Amino acid sequence: MTRRLLNQLGLLFAGLVVVSPVILFFVWMLSLSVKYEIDNASYPPILIPERFAWKNYLDVIESNRFPTYFLNSLIVTGTATLLALVVGVPAGYGIARMKAAKAAVVILVARITPGLSYLIPLFLLFQWIGLLGTLWPQIVIHLVVTVPIVIWIMIGYFETTPMELEEAATIDGATRWQVFRHVALPIAKPGIAVSMILAVIFSWNNFVFGIVLAGRETRTLPVAVYNMISFDQLSWGPLAAAALIVTLPVLVLTVFAQRQIVAGLTAGAVKGG
Amino acid sequence: MTGLTATSRDAGPQDLAAEEPAAPRWRAPGYWPFVIPALVVVVAVIVFPWAFTLWMSLHEWKVGAAPAFVGLSNYARLPADPRFLDAVWQTLLYTALSVILPLILGTLAACVFHARFPLRGLLRGIFILPMMATPVAIALVWTMMFHPQLGVLNYLLSLVGIPAQLWVFHPATVIPSLVLVETWQWTPLIMLIVLGGLAAIPTEPYESALIDGATVWQVFRHITLPLIAPFLFVAAMIRMIDAVKSFDIIFAITQGGPGTASETINIYLYSVAFAYYDAGYGSAIAVVFFLLIVALAAALLVVRRRTQGATA
Repeated sequence: MTRRLLNQLGLLFAGLVVVSPVILFFVWMLSLSVKYEIDNASYPPILIPERFAWKNYLDVIESNRFPTYFLNSLIVTGTATLLALVVGVPAGYGIARMKAAKAAVVILVARITPGLSYLIPLFLLFQWIGLLGTLWPQIVIHLVVTVPIVIWIMIGYFETTPMELEEAATIDGATRWQVFRHVALPIAKPGIAVSMILAVIFSWNNFVFGIVLAGRETRTLPVAVYNMISFDQLSWGPLAAAALIVTLPVLVLTVFAQRQIVAGLTAGAVKGG
Repeated sequence: MTGLTATSRDAGPQDLAAEEPAAPRWRAPGYWPFVIPALVVVVAVIVFPWAFTLWMSLHEWKVGAAPAFVGLSNYARLPADPRFLDAVWQTLLYTALSVILPLILGTLAACVFHARFPLRGLLRGIFILPMMATPVAIALVWTMMFHPQLGVLNYLLSLVGIPAQLWVFHPATVIPSLVLVETWQWTPLIMLIVLGGLAAIPTEPYESALIDGATVWQVFRHITLPLIAPFLFVAAMIRMIDAVKSFDIIFAITQGGPGTASETINIYLYSVAFAYYDAGYGSAIAVVFFLLIVALAAALLVVRRRTQGATA
């Protein structure tokens, strides 16, 4: 009995050791974000300051462009994810039912291709059409991220859903579209949730497309935070606060959708090899 | 695999009646309308850029000027470009370290999380946060932690009596420092994949090995490792593809510096295309970069074949 308890405690300790770099990092990030410059510049470093600089957060949120950048991120990620679901979910269904496994090769090659090799041609194209300066170039290029994720996960999902119901509906005279809409789609809701969550996270986090395509008014949050570095080299507090604000939505989503993320990543990962 | 079953169903009408009467109804072409919208999008944002990149790589094209066909001369520039050659070596070093370290640490972490203990779910949830967090935001905080005078890392080193380091501010330590960030961020993915492998292992070989008095290391080396090898291979492949293309972390922390000490192919490609606006040469680099990734993937496959032969 005591032996079992010791064993459990030992494992718990091992687990804490494994997780400690993650906990320490985020605790330190939080600490940096709530300290005044004087505390951030002190040596030895201070973990918990005597006075909390909550104003770091206010400074970021009230800075004149932050609401714009937040809205930009919301629009780009939201539209790119929505479009990807609209075209990707039916495509995943069609590919799975046609047993067109070879179609997935395109997705695999897209996974290998460096993001910048999409950026050069699309940048020139957008420049030529004259869309630079709007959010459209970023929405379109974020499809490079979101569409393959959705198609890939939905192929895997529809391949495993049982066919009996769909066959029965067809025999009853339903069209292919009705079968998809009323039989396949409702069963696939968990798969859609997984692909949506991953598409949102990877689109929200994307940085490389933004630094090239975003102008002053069309920056998304990762680009906006990066641009803060060059301007305020030494104000660590607001910088850390901004970093935390940018990544907080994703962290919250990760905590609440942990099961879906793990399922999606391991399924995608295992198939991806 | 699904392709095989599909073709075997086409084998002949006489087999169908006997085996699977419903099969023919579930074949193409009735599903094309489902696929066509996605096909349009994929062609426009994925296939078109591939083709356009190939075309541009054969042209001298500075952004703003008219393109002129120059054949393979953009490719011919590459072996004579010292900055490109340095970038190749730095990419290979960065990638090798960023695959090996997370692979080892991720396997260890998976062994811990494979056991049952209190708070396991919570700790696992915290552990996967780094790979989902916004890389630029993470990179920013690491930059502060790397600061030679005020950074917390040098303080932590001083506690255990190690002299202060220059981390990303010195050419000799910049790549290992960046790999540290990369490892911190991506070890969780390896852990998840290996954890999936461990869950699939049957318990019988362990029981008999323990009866035979094997040590923990012997059990791991001769039972666990061969059984999770396919998962380690998949993990290594995914990690390699991501590490070789790594951009956000390097760009946000060092922009390839100091000097060009941490300039990988991807960072150099960015400079050529979007700082010097040399679309032709940049496209040639992109093509060669893609081929390098394919070559590395093929090399991993060969390694896998070899080791499979050795353990089987």
